Amino acid sequence: MRRTMLKTFAAGLAAVAMSGLTGSAFAQQKPVELQFYYPVAIGGPVTEIINDLVADFEKDHPNIKVKPVYAGSYQDSVVKALTAAKAGTPPQLAVLAAADVFTLIDEDAVVPIDSIANTPADKQWLDGFYPALMLNSRINGHTWGVPFQRSTIVMYWNKDAFREAGLDPEHAPANWDELVSAAQKLTRRDASGNVTQWGIKVPSVGFAYWLFQAFTTPAGIELMNPAGTKTFLNAPQAVQSLQYWVDLTTRYKVMPTGAIEWGTTPKDFLEKKAAIIYTTTGNLTNIRTNASFPFGVGKMPAKVRGGSPTGGGNFYVFKKSTPEEKQAAMTFIKWATTPERAAQFGIDTGYVAVTPAAWETPAMKQYVQKVPAAAVARDQLSVSVAEFSTHDNQRVTKSLNDAIQAAVTGTKSPKQALDDAQREADRILRPYAR
Amino acid sequence: MNRTSASWVPWLLLLPALVLLVAFTHYPAVATLWHSVFSTARAGASSVFVGAENYRLLLDDPVFWQALRNNLLFALVTVPAAIVLSIVMALWVHRQVPGRALLRLAYFTPAILPMIAVANIWLFFYTPQYGLIAQVSQAFGWGDHNWLGQPGTALAALMIVTIWKEAGFFMIFYLAALQQISPTLAEAASLEGASRWQFFRRVQWPLLMPTTVFVVINAVINAFRLVDHVVVMTRGGPDNATQLLLYYVYQVAFSFWDTSYAAALTVVLLTLLAIVAFVKFRLLDSRTHYQ
Repeated sequence: MRRTMLKTFAAGLAAVAMSGLTGSAFAQQKPVELQFYYPVAIGGPVTEIINDLVADFEKDHPNIKVKPVYAGSYQDSVVKALTAAKAGTPPQLAVLAAADVFTLIDEDAVVPIDSIANTPADKQWLDGFYPALMLNSRINGHTWGVPFQRSTIVMYWNKDAFREAGLDPEHAPANWDELVSAAQKLTRRDASGNVTQWGIKVPSVGFAYWLFQAFTTPAGIELMNPAGTKTFLNAPQAVQSLQYWVDLTTRYKVMPTGAIEWGTTPKDFLEKKAAIIYTTTGNLTNIRTNASFPFGVGKMPAKVRGGSPTGGGNFYVFKKSTPEEKQAAMTFIKWATTPERAAQFGIDTGYVAVTPAAWETPAMKQYVQKVPAAAVARDQLSVSVAEFSTHDNQRVTKSLNDAIQAAVTGTKSPKQALDDAQREADRILRPYAR
Repeated sequence: MNRTSASWVPWLLLLPALVLLVAFTHYPAVATLWHSVFSTARAGASSVFVGAENYRLLLDDPVFWQALRNNLLFALVTVPAAIVLSIVMALWVHRQVPGRALLRLAYFTPAILPMIAVANIWLFFYTPQYGLIAQVSQAFGWGDHNWLGQPGTALAALMIVTIWKEAGFFMIFYLAALQQISPTLAEAASLEGASRWQFFRRVQWPLLMPTTVFVVINAVINAFRLVDHVVVMTRGGPDNATQLLLYYVYQVAFSFWDTSYAAALTVVLLTLLAIVAFVKFRLLDSRTHYQ
């Protein structure tokens, strides 16, 4: 009812505007205007980087105006974009979490990219991204998101601490057993038994499900099917993974008890309170700028295999846009993912440049020579899996997050916690599993 | 002015307030109640009447019950604690003490700081190993505790932030009320040889009752609408240990997009607040002496 009224009103306005412009050449010169929502999830001047990106784009394409709108965290951004879509005024273009793709499809908010970009050249362009980064994009035979600010989980280690503990500072622990023995040597206690430096910290408040995948992927289990309708949260390898995470605290005593905050983990590393941390490669620039000691960046330690989940944000095009706006949005997306642009964005932020071609640019080659750590996340892509993502994603994710926190704080056994989460996920996903 | 024109004048004068009241209070409340008996529209399935289904779901939802329990506990602890503390502070800065203005300012500071900033500062206080509390406790050799990361202490840690924040605010009301009390009463009491405690118990406390009623209502409402420091400090975790009603409403509505279930939750929240208001008007007011 209200929507129809608004539409009538808008149509009336448009008619008035058109009648004023018909006959004048001005009507054709009018640039296409795009609203562009984007989130910030890492340290550093990301807003500035995006504004510069847009300004450069408008220089190349004077007939398209892009209005960047900073929309908060990934969670805030999807709330804002969907609220606007429900009110009938969505942005035409947004960077949102790759894992939110099912929510965006189910809410009927976005269009498949291949419905706008459908020439052979476009197909070739879409095939140019790292396959691991497309795992959260390709659903039901369509491509829904284009990789932009993407990441994997990496391990940062303090080389000084390794040296003091008699470990090889140039080599990260390569598997679960090595990680435990290294972390035991790295955990230091004062005379009264209080810990002054923990061996390792893996955050469990914030993105617990994602860090959990840093254990389940090496353990050889994926937590959901590609259609997002089934989860395998209490599979034996998943229980084994959570048991290992909990053991780091209770059995080996190399990680503090209780839930560990995502936001303060990089700070714990910089303050030398944790010798090893797990966090996103997106924090690389932040840590590089602020670390007072030499550090290394490593892949996830292996159990039966290596690997990390991918993470981060994709470009989406919203359904309620005119054909011209959709084309203009595609122009922007293609421009922003050209090798030179993708490389520059990766260098500025620490995110993984999204195409192999970007790593062949002179700027990127020079950067990797100076900061070899930047290439770790890229090399890890060949063994990476999709980020945990299902229908009704936030709700299923919450039950998994709760289970992980219950286990790491000792209120439930890993088996019990994951059984509960799986039962809850089955209940939530029943309508989609048919 | 004749009688017919006079009858619409009061209505006209009421109109601005009436419009605001209807638009921002009554209409949303009724609309929420209305939405709570429908299902949430999803792509492919439009909203249908489901009666009390959302409320039945609520009965089986462990997170809701935990949020309710947490919230009641939160109100039961923070409200009395903040009030006692604010009265003590008000009595203290009401007297002639050196540096009185500075003291008053210090006590009031928490009330004027933005909540998000406050929550971030306290997040640092509670950080294990190098946070302020950890540094102090390690200096005394008491060891280290992960205050926000343990289900046993996370809610208490949030309560302390709330008490710290609210006490300074309420102190202002008590200070104003204390200054309203005629000094002749204090003179009379000292002539009678009343102790300071007797004077407080028999004279000041009864005369502060209207302020206390006002403060209690506000404190209870604040306890139920708290969301900012939950967002910054714990996001309801670990494992829902700090889940509060309003934050759960937010999650259900804007993370899960289950708007009708969120409406049902909101109705429960509204009902609780209505009960608080009822208690004020019916019970406390009748026992309160107004000057």
